[in-house]
Amino acid sequence: MISFETLYAAAPALTAHAPVLMVAGPLIAACVAALSPTARTSWMISVTGSMFAAWMALAITGEVARHGAVDYYIGGFAPPLGIAFYIDGLGAMMALLVSSAGVMASIYSGHSLAAEVRAEKHTHVQAAFLLCQAGLLGLVSTGDAFNAFVFLEVSSIGAYALVAIGEKRDRRALPAAFNYLIMGTIGATLYVIGIGFLYAATGTLNMADLSARLATLGDSSVVQAGFAFIVVGLGIKAAMFPLHGWLPGAYSFGPSLIVIFLAATATKTSIYLMARFIFDVFPDGAAFGRNFIAWVLAPLAATAAIVCSIQATFEREIRRILAFSSVAQVGLILLGLSLATILGASAGLFYLMAHALMKMTLFMAVGGLAISLPARRLDDFAGVARDAPWSATAFAAGALSLAGAPLTLGFLAKWRLLEAALNAGQIWIAATVAIASLLTLLYVGRMLEAIFFRSAPAGAPRAVEAPVGVLAPVLVLAGLNIWFGLDASLPEQLAGAGAKALLAGAP
Amino acid sequence: MTVERLLDLGAAINPGFHLIIAALLAAVAKDTFTRAVALIGGPALALLVMLYPPVAGVEVSREMFLGFQLSLYRPDSLSLIFGLGFVLAAALGGVYSLHRRDRMQDAAGLVYAGSALGAIFAGDLITLVIFAEVATVASALLVFAARTGPAYHAGLRFLTIQFAAGLLLTAGAALYGLEKGTFLIADLGGLWNGLLVGIVDPASAGGMLIFAGVGIKAAFPLVHNWLTDSYPNTTETGAVVLSPYTTTMAVYLLARFFAGYDPLIWIGAAMTVYPVFFAVMENDLRKVLAYSTNNQIGFMVCAVGIGSTLSINGAAAHAVAHIVFKGLLFMTMGAIKLRVGTTKASELGGLHRTMPWTTLACLVGSVSISALPFFAGYTSKTMIMTAAESGPGMLIVWLMLLFASAGVLEHSGIKIPFMAFFSHDSGKRPEEAPFNMLLAMGLSAGLCLVIGIYPGWFYALLPFPDQALEFLAQDLVSTAHIIQQLQLLVFAVLAFMILWRLKLYPAERPGVIIDIEWLWRKGAPEAGPALAKPMRAGARILAGLASIVIGRMQMAARQVFASDGLVSRKVPLSATAILALCILGLVMLVSLFQ
Repeated sequence: MISFETLYAAAPALTAHAPVLMVAGPLIAACVAALSPTARTSWMISVTGSMFAAWMALAITGEVARHGAVDYYIGGFAPPLGIAFYIDGLGAMMALLVSSAGVMASIYSGHSLAAEVRAEKHTHVQAAFLLCQAGLLGLVSTGDAFNAFVFLEVSSIGAYALVAIGEKRDRRALPAAFNYLIMGTIGATLYVIGIGFLYAATGTLNMADLSARLATLGDSSVVQAGFAFIVVGLGIKAAMFPLHGWLPGAYSFGPSLIVIFLAATATKTSIYLMARFIFDVFPDGAAFGRNFIAWVLAPLAATAAIVCSIQATFEREIRRILAFSSVAQVGLILLGLSLATILGASAGLFYLMAHALMKMTLFMAVGGLAISLPARRLDDFAGVARDAPWSATAFAAGALSLAGAPLTLGFLAKWRLLEAALNAGQIWIAATVAIASLLTLLYVGRMLEAIFFRSAPAGAPRAVEAPVGVLAPVLVLAGLNIWFGLDASLPEQLAGAGAKALLAGAP
Repeated sequence: MTVERLLDLGAAINPGFHLIIAALLAAVAKDTFTRAVALIGGPALALLVMLYPPVAGVEVSREMFLGFQLSLYRPDSLSLIFGLGFVLAAALGGVYSLHRRDRMQDAAGLVYAGSALGAIFAGDLITLVIFAEVATVASALLVFAARTGPAYHAGLRFLTIQFAAGLLLTAGAALYGLEKGTFLIADLGGLWNGLLVGIVDPASAGGMLIFAGVGIKAAFPLVHNWLTDSYPNTTETGAVVLSPYTTTMAVYLLARFFAGYDPLIWIGAAMTVYPVFFAVMENDLRKVLAYSTNNQIGFMVCAVGIGSTLSINGAAAHAVAHIVFKGLLFMTMGAIKLRVGTTKASELGGLHRTMPWTTLACLVGSVSISALPFFAGYTSKTMIMTAAESGPGMLIVWLMLLFASAGVLEHSGIKIPFMAFFSHDSGKRPEEAPFNMLLAMGLSAGLCLVIGIYPGWFYALLPFPDQALEFLAQDLVSTAHIIQQLQLLVFAVLAFMILWRLKLYPAERPGVIIDIEWLWRKGAPEAGPALAKPMRAGARILAGLASIVIGRMQMAARQVFASDGLVSRKVPLSATAILALCILGLVMLVSLFQ
C-alpha cells in the first residue's frame, strides 16, 4: 500500500527551493541538450532532467501533504512585485503527473526517436521536449495568471515544433503542426485578452490577489467578459468539444515521444488551469460561473463524450481512434468537474489521472509497434499479437482500462464518476457516462479484435517485438493500470487532496 | 492436525477460487494426468471445502474495497445446493472432455465453473457482479473454442448480449447498493423462513435493472436467443461444459433476489410453453436440447415466482437435477457429434446398433427429463407441479405447465432418442464413444437413478430441508402424482406414434426455423415452411423496409462520423476559429444576461 504521506521528502534545502528547481531543471537541461554533441548524450540529458523534475515534484507533493500549500517567491520578492509560485494539493498532483509522464516518455524516446526522426535532429527534439515539459511544470506551479500564459506558450512552442518533426514519416505532420500552431495561438490570445480584462478590473495578476479582489467587485461586465475569454481560450487548449480540431492531427502525425507526452499531459494541464480559474480565482458560486457550467461546459462535455466516441468507432486509423477517444475522455473529465462538488471534482481529477495513464500506455504500445511496422490503419495491425505479444498485452491492459473492465484503473475511475453524478442527483450525467462507456467498449473491442483475433493478411509486413528500452516503460505503465485497479489509494488520495484544494468550502 | 488446519484455511475461501486455481493448472497442463488432476481434482477440492465444516448461514469473510464492505464467501442452504450442482457438473464435464486435448477449453471451462460457483457463494453485490462478468468472458471463450466461422459469429452475438446483461446487472447492483447504503446481501433484506430469499425490491430503479440483467441471463422469452444460438455451435464437449451454469446461476439469483415476485409466474409459464413448438420442429438435436433447456428453466422461474417453501425447494432441486440430466443428454449428443460429425436428425437414425451404451445413457436422460417416477426429474418436478396446483387461481398456470410437461416428453423424451438412435436407418455405423465419455455418461445416468430412487439425502440438502423431508414422506410417491406422470407418458407416446404413422409429425428435414433471432440477425429472414404466404410476403416487405432504413441510417452515420465524414475529416482552421467565437458569444450570453 502506497500512502500519500510517505511520499519522498528531499533534503530540506532542496525542498525549500523545489518549486523553482522543478521548472528550472528541465529548462536548463533543454539548453544543454540543444548544445550536446550526439543524439545519445541528448537522450541521457533528457532522462536526467526529467528525473530531476520528477524528484522535485515528489518532494513538493510530500511537502504539500505534510504542511499544506507551498508559497514560493522567486528571489524572496513578495508579490505583487515578485514572481510567486503557489502549489496546493491540486498543483502537486498535476506536477507529479506531468513529471512522471515526462520520465516515462524520455526513457521511451531512446529507441523510438531513432525510428522516427533523422539522427541529426535528435538533440533539438530532446531540447524541445524538455522545453515543453518545463512549460507544463511551470504552468501547474505558478501563482500568477500572466506567468501561466508564458508557461503555456513555452510548452506549446515545444509541442508545435515536435509535431512538425514527425514529417520524416508522414508529410501530413506539417499541416497538422501548422493547424495546431494557429489554433493554439488563437486559444492563447483569447486567454491573454481575458487576463487583460481582469487586470483592467483589478490591477493585479497574482491569482490569490485576483481572487480576493474579484470577490469584492460584484457584478462587473468587464470581469464577466474576461471570464468568457479565459474559459474559451483554455477550452481550445484543452480540446474542449467542438474546439478540438487540432488534436486528431497533432496526435496522429507527431512522433511517439511527443504524442505520448501530450496525450498524458497537454490537455490535462489546460483543464487544470480552467478549473483553477472557474473554482478558485473567480468568486465561488458566482452566477456567471454557475451558468457557464450548467449551460455550456456540461452540455459540451456530454456531447464530446458521445459524439467523439462514435467518431472513434467509425475511424480507421488506430492513432486517430485513440485521439478521438481522448477528446471523448476530456469530456468525461469535464463532466466530473462540472458537478462542482468535492465528490465530483475528485472523481474528475481521478479520471484525469486514470486517463493520462491509460492513454499513455496505449500510445506507447502503438508507438512501440510502429517502430517496425510503418502502418497507420487498424487493419494493418491485424494479428500483431502473434508477432509482438508483449506490446499487444500492454496495449490490451490499457485498452481494457479505457473500456472500464473490472479490476483495472479505468473501472474505478468510471465507477467514481457514476457515483459522484448519482450523489449530486445528476442522473443525465450518470447516463451519459454509461452510454459513453458502452461506446468505448465498441471501439476498444474493434481494436482488440483486430490485434488479437484477426490474422494478418498474407504478404503483409509483419511487426517485430519492440526493443527492451521501449517495452520496459510500456509494461510498467500497463502494470500500473492493473495495480491501481486493485489498490487505488495513491491516485485516490491525490485526487481527493486536489479536489479539496480546488473547492475549499464547497459541499 | 495439519490436514485439518489446511482444510480450515481452504474452507474460509470461496470455493470458486479453488476451481479458478485449478484452471491455471489446466492452462499449463501438458499431459493427460495433470489435466485429469486439474479437471477432476479441482471440483473435488471445491466440494470438500463446501461441505466442510457445515457453515450454512455464516459469513466467512469480510473485506473492505473502495470503502465498501465485501463478503467474498457467504454460504447458506440455498447457495449450497446450487453449488453442489455446479461442482458435480464441473467434475462430470471434466471427465467427459478428457479425450480432447484443448488447454484453452479446459481452462475456460474451469474458470467458467469457478466464477459461476463464486457468484452464487458471493456475499455482496460487487463480488457477485465481478464473478458474473468473469463467467461471461469464460463462457464466450467456450463458444469461440469450436474455431469455426459460425461459432465465431455466434460467439460474438453471445458476447454482445451477455455483456449487455452484465452491464444491466452492474448498473442495477450499483444503484441498488448505493440507495440502500450497503452491498452486503445479508443487510439488503430480512430472513424469510430462516433464509435470505426475495430480498430485492423489484419496484425500485436498481431492482428493475437487476431484474432485466438476470432475466437475460435466464433467457426470458424474447431474449432467449443467445442460448439456442450458441449451444449448437460449440464443440462436442463445449455444450456439456456450457449448459449448466449461466441459466442456473440466473435461477439462483432470481430466487435470492426476487422469490415470490408474481410476474415471474407468468414469465416462467410462458417460457415452458413456447419452446415446445420450436423444439418439435427443430432438426438439429443439440438445438432441440437448447430449447428444452429454455423450457426447463421456465419451470424453475415459475416455481421461484410462486415463492412458497415448497416451490423454492422445487426450483433448487430441479436446477440440480436438470444440470445432471440435461448434461447427460448433451453428453450423448456430443458423442454423436464426435463420431458422426453432426447432430442433425435428418442425417441420423439407427445408431443404436453400434453405440449401445450411448443409447442406453440417452434413454436414462430422456426418462429423467420426462419425469418418469424413480428418475431424477420426477423427484424435483413433482414439487413444482404440486406447488403450482396448490396456489389459488393458478389453474391456468398449472395447465400451461402440464402442457409443457407433455411437450418435454414429446421432444426431449421421445424425439431425441428416437431420431438419433432408432427411426429409419441412416446406414451410418459409427464407433462407440470413447471410454471417458462413456464413464461420464455412466456416472451421470447413475446420479439420475440415485436421486430418483433414494431422494432422502438430496432432499436434506434443499434450501428448506424440513419442509422437503415432510413432502418426501407424504406427497412424493402418492398415487395421484404417479398416475398423472404415467398418463402423460402413455398419451405422449401414443400421440407420437399416431402422428408418426400418419406422417403428420414434423419430418426431420434440414431447414432454418425462424425464431426471433432474425430480428437481430441482419438481412432478410429466410421464411420457414411454417409461415403462410401472406405472412411471408409481409415479412419480406418489412425486412426490406428495415434493411433500407438501417442501410440509410448506417450511410448517414458513416457520412457524418467516418474518417472522411462530416465531423471527422480534418477541421479547417477557420472552422475552429468561428466555433471559438460562437462559444465565446455563448459564454458571454450566459454570463452577461443571467
